[in-house]
Amino acid sequence: MLTKRIIPCLDIRDGRVVKGVNFSGVSDVDDPVKLASAYNDAGADELVFYDITASSEGRKLFTDVLERVASSIFIPLTVGGGINTVEDFDRVLKSGADKVSVNSGAIKNPDLIAEAAEKYGSQCVVLSLDVKRAGGGFRLFAKGGRVDTGLDAVEFAVRGVNAGAGEIVLNSIDTDGVKNGFDLEMLKVFCDAVKVPVIASGGAGKAEDFIDLFKIRGVDAGLAASIFHFKEVDIADLKRLLDKNGVPVRLV
Amino acid sequence: MTGVIDYGVGNLFSLMSSLKAVGEKAVLSSDPSVLSGCDRIILPGVGAFRAAMDKLKEKNLDAFVKRYAATGKSVMGICLGMQLLFDRSYEFGVTEGLGLIRGEVLPLEDALRQKGLDYKVPHMGWNALNLVNGQNNDLKLKQGDFVYYVHSFYAPEGDYTVAYSDYGVPVTGVAAAKNVIGCQFHPEKSGKVGLDILKAFCAL
Repeated sequence: MLTKRIIPCLDIRDGRVVKGVNFSGVSDVDDPVKLASAYNDAGADELVFYDITASSEGRKLFTDVLERVASSIFIPLTVGGGINTVEDFDRVLKSGADKVSVNSGAIKNPDLIAEAAEKYGSQCVVLSLDVKRAGGGFRLFAKGGRVDTGLDAVEFAVRGVNAGAGEIVLNSIDTDGVKNGFDLEMLKVFCDAVKVPVIASGGAGKAEDFIDLFKIRGVDAGLAASIFHFKEVDIADLKRLLDKNGVPVRLV
Repeated sequence: MTGVIDYGVGNLFSLMSSLKAVGEKAVLSSDPSVLSGCDRIILPGVGAFRAAMDKLKEKNLDAFVKRYAATGKSVMGICLGMQLLFDRSYEFGVTEGLGLIRGEVLPLEDALRQKGLDYKVPHMGWNALNLVNGQNNDLKLKQGDFVYYVHSFYAPEGDYTVAYSDYGVPVTGVAAAKNVIGCQFHPEKSGKVGLDILKAFCAL
């Protein structure tokens, strides 16, 4: 049986790990290579790297960090941030990424998912969605959660999967940074709508939140950043807790 | 020295770093004269079966892999590379493989449907290995070890199955026919367990 995955997410700016609260006010945390190795050893099932730099120098630093991380850890590595073209896929895949996460790029260019899936396979294409409740539904936001696209997020997810996205990262803006648990209500809706793995993001505040998360049918993985970076939750302890509560996990 | 066959399929960054991490000298090449000098070869691959077979044939690497295997030196196929070692695959029609392992590669979705299971396809994530009694365990696999899979087609349990994982149906994780070995999962993405498997292969 497949295990539920625990995925630390590292936001990288100018070669350093940062983590914001509700998408703003970033603070410097740690050296990404050091942090990635520590997560690898603690039993993280996968890592996500988001490049949140805007400058080309920052991008170069990111690629350099990515190569160093990819040569030192041997678990799947997903890279996102600034992925707008198939050439961007190529750049990060050559630097050691296994999967590529698209967000705003897929909103701007509706053909990006299909083109990338055709070239690299669906297993390589992750569709990351920043979603917020609005107008009685779930609205898709762009540009790191700052811009309301006016699009229905569930419809967008279904279209993305049909175009070839092999996985969905669902980040709830409503619960992100609040640390009061994952957005279970939102997750249920998306898990019912798509038949690809769903990675839950936004809201993890304590280890018990993951027990509640994995009760939702269709959730394959839980992603978090600050609780892991600030050592509020230790990944090895978390996995033992999940195991005790009957959640299938990979113990190392 | 381990030769990794470069035929334009998939991302070989992690495989090359993994071999380096276990202290193995590796060369990435599509040239049979370079590869035939290696002590063992690895056939990687992701993507579609037919496209990969076509690419191997374009460079006459299909004939080379068969010749190499006939010398008795070790061959390992990883993921799609493992599937290519089989007789044929039923991925979008029927495509003949290299025929180094007697068996067929089938759609996982059909097998799950026949059992009335609505599991997601691809089979993606970490799953445990179950060892089959009486099989040669050259790779020093351990019962219950977790490995990382990403695939939609699979080899059912057969005489070649050394270890399998349970995904509603038994999915062959490691297949072997004498000196020819296949890993359906990605050892280069399977943490320390995967590195140990590569290390054991490089010691053969």
